[in-house]
Amino acid sequence: MKLLASSAHATDASSQNIVALANDADPHQITLEGVDRIDLNFPKFTDGRAFSQAFLLRRRLGFKGEIRATGDVLVDQLAQMERSGFDVAVLRADQNLEVAQRVLATYPGHSVGKYQGDAVDIAPHFVTAAI
Amino acid sequence: MYHYTEFDRQFVQARADQYRDQLTRWQAGQLPEDEFRPLRLQNGWYVQRYAPMLRVAVPYGELSSAQVRVLATIARDYDQPDAALIEGAQATQDKLGPVLLKNGGSAHTKLSSGYAHFTTRQNLQYNWIPLSKSADVMDLLASVDMHGIQTSGNCIRNITSDERAGIAVDEIADPRPFGEIMRQWSTLHPEFAFLPRKFKIAISGAKEDRAAIGWHDVGLQIVKNDAGELGFKVLVGGGMGRTPIIGSVIREFLPWMQIMNYLEAVVRVYNRYGRRDNIYKARIKILVKAEGQKYFDAVEAEFKQIIEHDGAPHTITQAEYDRVAACFVAPTLGSAPTDVTPITTEEEAAYSRWLQQNVAAHQNPALRAVTLSFKRLGQAPGDATADQLNIAADLADRFSAGEVRVSHEQNLLLPWVHAEALPALWRAATQAGFAKANIHLLTDMIACPGGDFCALANARSLPIAEAITERYQDLDELHDIGEIDLHISGCINSCGHHHSGHIGVLGVDKDGKEWYSVSLGGSDGTVLSGPSQAGKAVGPSFSAAEVPDVIEAILNTYRQQREGRETFIATLRRVGAEPFKAAANGARFSAARKDTAEA
Repeated sequence: MKLLASSAHATDASSQNIVALANDADPHQITLEGVDRIDLNFPKFTDGRAFSQAFLLRRRLGFKGEIRATGDVLVDQLAQMERSGFDVAVLRADQNLEVAQRVLATYPGHSVGKYQGDAVDIAPHFVTAAI
Repeated sequence: MYHYTEFDRQFVQARADQYRDQLTRWQAGQLPEDEFRPLRLQNGWYVQRYAPMLRVAVPYGELSSAQVRVLATIARDYDQPDAALIEGAQATQDKLGPVLLKNGGSAHTKLSSGYAHFTTRQNLQYNWIPLSKSADVMDLLASVDMHGIQTSGNCIRNITSDERAGIAVDEIADPRPFGEIMRQWSTLHPEFAFLPRKFKIAISGAKEDRAAIGWHDVGLQIVKNDAGELGFKVLVGGGMGRTPIIGSVIREFLPWMQIMNYLEAVVRVYNRYGRRDNIYKARIKILVKAEGQKYFDAVEAEFKQIIEHDGAPHTITQAEYDRVAACFVAPTLGSAPTDVTPITTEEEAAYSRWLQQNVAAHQNPALRAVTLSFKRLGQAPGDATADQLNIAADLADRFSAGEVRVSHEQNLLLPWVHAEALPALWRAATQAGFAKANIHLLTDMIACPGGDFCALANARSLPIAEAITERYQDLDELHDIGEIDLHISGCINSCGHHHSGHIGVLGVDKDGKEWYSVSLGGSDGTVLSGPSQAGKAVGPSFSAAEVPDVIEAILNTYRQQREGRETFIATLRRVGAEPFKAAANGARFSAARKDTAEA
């Protein structure tokens, strides 16, 4: 997962076709054709709706572009974001990038493996372990 | 019991390591309190009225004696506050005053340490472990394949079941393999870590519902269809709290291998549409109540997508079911015990009462299921000291293949006891103080920790429980009253399940004082209690001192009104609540004084 400082996000003035989706919006209702990037929002880090939005976009709707986490993005939720289908996270301004990388790498369900299938790797542990 | 694989062990240890890192960052000021709180909660660490509280997960209530011994070690070595902390807490609680008894006695708050508490969700709690030692405790738990993962927070909580799972005579299929497979599915599920509110699942595999499935966010009942295939009846949207609601059937029959595909749909729709604007309206029951069929349709549509589009990725394979189920085959028991000293004439009366109340039939006719009572005078319901936990572990080793179960009624059950060993077990349990023959009787009451510990509580539960226990010490009287569910909660969060008590007591706060609302006619869904339903309040709330008298007045009314050996709840259902209400309200001190004045 790519981690961005909030300043890098603010100056990311590419000519991409970007859609910002409110976290109560239904991903099925937007047109994905020609969209390069979808920004999903965490108004508070404890509001988990964007995890389901990301799952639906990535897995259900097969969106191949970038899914970017914005808003109250903290280091301790990055692994959940990655597993739900986000590939870029814009860290809240006060978050430490080095800590973020370390915390992300050592997340259980990430470092040692995970129990359940997710948006990235849909097979649960019991399937992969049995092979 | 489920045997942890190397992967399961690494996972739990990685979780303990992760928690230690988070704690260290919090201690260093790098992680603000508001951002640490949800992380520690999802590891079982609360901060309560006076001290942190740790809730340890006991999946479907099953523990090995080795685990119980580590739980005892934690009680002995870590559940130890500074003297100043507990003395200060005691002094503050003392200001609330005693609960006075009619016999001139009184029940007080008596704070102690060095013990664990069995909860109504089959978990275990400690009240005094300092946060600075919390990471060490997680390491200790991990050493015996235990943890506090998702015992709090707005996520999928510990999955509970029938304490007689795998041994009940009325069992359709053992729920434990499914409980374990679902435990693994729900553990650190990335999408469902921040739901609108907590999410509780209970599963029953027997004809009688002993897991209160109707009272859960999701209740699962194992059933067989006409073709003899195994599956689940799925209930959704039950819960206690401020708005008690019984779960609705969303699926009459779901093939067993689909359960996690289906739960993904249930929880995903809830995660997307559950209310987040008001904590009291955030449980799934409110969404199900508001949307009704629309919610059911959304779940079915999502389930269809998971099956057809996603390829049914969470389908339980036969190989996985077999692997997990193999952990739950009945243990090989040694030969019948050598100590078969017969029960003497002096012992006969007490022993037969114990057999009647505390010993249940077993799938294996040579065995029995024995409940150790943790409901006795001098200790709060469900409390066990370090020594008592060690004794329970010894009893499990001697009499029950090293296994115990935590019941949601806050006792321990020994699941694998030779019928011939019952006299020896009874004597050992008597010596340990675990043989009170009161299981399912009045003093086998459920009570939450209440205002003596909990930051949410409006009033204390434990002095009320003690006052009633003290009033009803006569076993003859208790047996005469018969089987009855008395449930006490210190606040509307309902951890003491007051809604489902035949008699429910709920702590409420009025003008900063402790008051108690008393309700009648609740049911947890057992055969005795009838279909799950919430009790109804008898009237305005009572003072603490009035509560024991109100309970007595209600029970006296039952004894006057009953026909033959009719139970309390049957009498209440037959004659209606009115005479009981009148008796309860007549026990108000103000009413009594008024009556005297008018007389």
